[in-house]
Amino acid sequence: MMLIPCPWCGPRDESEFHYGGQAGVAYPADPDALSDEEWARYLFFRDNPKGPFRERWSHSAGCRRWFSLVRDTVTNEVLR
Amino acid sequence: MAERNSPLGGAADRLAAVAAATGGAVTVAEVPFLTQLNVRTRPSGDVNVLQLGPDEWLVVGSSASAVGAAVDVSAQRTTVAVGGSRVLDLLAMGCAIDLHPRVFRVGDCAQTTLAHAPVIIWRRETEFWILVRSSFAAHLADWIVDAAQEFTAGD
Ligand SMILES: [Zn+2]
Repeated sequence: MMLIPCPWCGPRDESEFHYGGQAGVAYPADPDALSDEEWARYLFFRDNPKGPFRERWSHSAGCRRWFSLVRDTVTNEVLR
Repeated sequence: MAERNSPLGGAADRLAAVAAATGGAVTVAEVPFLTQLNVRTRPSGDVNVLQLGPDEWLVVGSSASAVGAAVDVSAQRTTVAVGGSRVLDLLAMGCAIDLHPRVFRVGDCAQTTLAHAPVIIWRRETEFWILVRSSFAAHLADWIVDAAQEFTAGD
């Protein structure tokens, strides 16, 4: 069980959260201008690093806020 | 007047029996039909929610426009009052956060899970009030009655 630090509620069990995937994936400024391949890349392609990974979490059983953190994907240690 | 049924009205006898079975180590009762007003405001620096009294709040902001929303959610949840000398041990069986009075003081509240049910845990002077969604109330009552058997006198 991971202990995830919610910026509003403090450390809580992983089971109180929902995972939101990679952080910082911006919605395309002009979606109509994208080719099918570019659109597919925006929708489906994400980084998959071994090590620090910036990702989104939602404290769904607590304050229900979304936030970002950096987790080491090897050790599950929350870095910041 | 229309008949009003609370989510745990049918469980009142079973909940009351817990105090007798545990010799008062755990007490549990529903506190039905509380008024609950959900207030949302932006958590920015110039909006504050002032507690003016035990039943009165004032939302203060520098902007004249609406700074949030107030919604009557009274029917969403019921309230279960749990107390007794072993109440901390009881709650620890189903809740991961530290409820010791050293860190979770009178007046403190936390939105979390108890026995996997989403709840608001609120420490009052002599007991805890567990605010639980109506549809999860029967599950939570069953869990409390079951968990309290740990403290049944003579076992
Ligand atoms: Zn939170």
